[in-house]
Amino acid sequence: MRITQGTFSFLPDLSDTQITAQIEYCLQNQWAVAIEFTDDPHPRNTYWAMWGMPMFDLQDPAGAMQELKACRDTYPEHYIRINAFDAAEGWETVRLSFIVNRPSEEPGFRMVRREGAGRTMHYTLESYAVNRNPEGERYGREQG
Amino acid sequence: MGTNQPLDPKKRYQAGVLKYAQMGYWEPDYEVKDTDVLAVFRITPQEGVDPVEAAAAVAGESSTATWTVVWTDRLTNCDKYRAKAYRVDPVPGQTDQYFAYIAYELSLFEEGSIANLTASVIGNVFGFKPLKALRLEDMRLPVAYVKTFKGPPTGIVVERERLDKYGRPILGATTKPKLGLSGKNYGRVVYEALLGGLDFTKDDENINSQPFMHWRDRFLYVMEGVNRAAAQTGEVKGHYLNITAGTMEEMYKRAEFARDLGSCIVMIDLIIGYTAIQSISNWCRDNDMILHLHRAGHSTYTRQKNHGVSFRVISKWMRLAGVDHIHAGTAVGKLEGDPMTVQGFYNVCRDPITREDLPRGLFFEQDWAGIRRMMPVASGGIHAGQMHQLLDLFGDEVVLQFGGGTIGHPMGIQAGATANRVALEAMVLARNEGRDIVNEGPEILKDAASHCQPLRAALDTWGDITFNYTSTDTSDFVATPTSA
Repeated sequence: MRITQGTFSFLPDLSDTQITAQIEYCLQNQWAVAIEFTDDPHPRNTYWAMWGMPMFDLQDPAGAMQELKACRDTYPEHYIRINAFDAAEGWETVRLSFIVNRPSEEPGFRMVRREGAGRTMHYTLESYAVNRNPEGERYGREQG
Repeated sequence: MGTNQPLDPKKRYQAGVLKYAQMGYWEPDYEVKDTDVLAVFRITPQEGVDPVEAAAAVAGESSTATWTVVWTDRLTNCDKYRAKAYRVDPVPGQTDQYFAYIAYELSLFEEGSIANLTASVIGNVFGFKPLKALRLEDMRLPVAYVKTFKGPPTGIVVERERLDKYGRPILGATTKPKLGLSGKNYGRVVYEALLGGLDFTKDDENINSQPFMHWRDRFLYVMEGVNRAAAQTGEVKGHYLNITAGTMEEMYKRAEFARDLGSCIVMIDLIIGYTAIQSISNWCRDNDMILHLHRAGHSTYTRQKNHGVSFRVISKWMRLAGVDHIHAGTAVGKLEGDPMTVQGFYNVCRDPITREDLPRGLFFEQDWAGIRRMMPVASGGIHAGQMHQLLDLFGDEVVLQFGGGTIGHPMGIQAGATANRVALEAMVLARNEGRDIVNEGPEILKDAASHCQPLRAALDTWGDITFNYTSTDTSDFVATPTSA
């Protein structure tokens, strides 16, 4: 399966040129670009690990691309996303978030049903990869 | 205008009938206070009725007046409680219509009650004989009054954080056919559409609990579909479960069942009434539930330009009453909506401060005093081939709902959903790259379709479908009427 979180997951994986253009758009909007990674892509996993702090003073997309390369080199089999944070009043939230790296194999999620009274059902999603292995050893082989 | 002057108190309170202007409801020198509630009405006086007197009559009948002088006015601070018509302008391009501006003192209204606000402002005046027709065009609600309402329980920002969806319009679809499906078949449509790439699916306005599908059955099968689709995509998915019912007791029961099944959103129809909306909004706040409002019934009073209540006013009331989603028009779809007028509604939903913008029908600046943003929903006769127009008209903060445009896809529901999602993401990507999507839109869609067979099929089926009818609710302040 292919996890379709993020703004552009239904398109073919973005090239570095395309990613650079999106970062440029974020900078034009004065959004702070941040890189996050995880090997627990549960849709309710809000807090992916931060690859450093959001780049508040970034002027040139090249700086973010350099960080992305370093993150990919360290975690080639992790999900990596680029977030753009808008500090403007009334927003103060992420305005764009898209996946820029994913593991070579995505086993996905299992839906667990717990039957209750009156035909009610409680649903839980469990990640096959997370259940299989501890953090850091879930997808493929990577150093670091 | 000598006869429109207020009279001295002795003459003013003699028993009998006076002109409303003479009773003090016309005050051209009135200085509007920051705390006043303001309204602008489009009035069409009967032939021979002075527009100033007609405006004063509207002010009178929507505040303290009755048809005759009453001495009991003198037991009150009546000068303060009288609404004041303070400005009357001819409507551009019309010979018999006028915009009447009226100011209402804040203490005329109960805090936190749309029912009370509307009972005054639209309660009694719309059938008034000296007027042929009357329309409430816009209102300015003072910050002091706005702060007595809690507003949307979730709002755009928190909704997106809960859904983990950023940087693009949210995608939805209404289940079709709107009536007749069994619970099991209904859940199938939901599952397929969400799996194919939609974020939300939706009950239609008239899906409640009918013989062919009782509500519990629908809720159970729908949540099965929602969770299956979430598991297979790794995304948060949802379905607006319509909890509209005959009584509040029944609505709470349905809302609680939706909550207990893990739904993130419930839905109501505008026809349940303002008080019911405010009550369910409170419930949604207490239960972390997104609240979707379908504007069922609104066109009975919003569509005709000379009589009724503009939808921009309904939008303002609903933002105060506290809904998170509101159907606000598509401009390019099957339902009424001039693009600029519709953009005005969207501004009302989403702005922290809505600026005066006459071409978009906004007569006043409206400060929302930190009340949350409401997500407008574009629904009705839109399809993937219009993606560039929709994104250009409405930006990212909107739910685009492709019902027929998903379910009617020649390759099936899942393919229909995928076509819409791919078209949307491709268009957002291109816009962010700085491309001119209005002009290059069709080309961008064609390129995206080269790696997406379902999108190719959607464009082949609907690419040329447009709904080019003249709108009735159009701007009075642009020279050339805009059309889709």
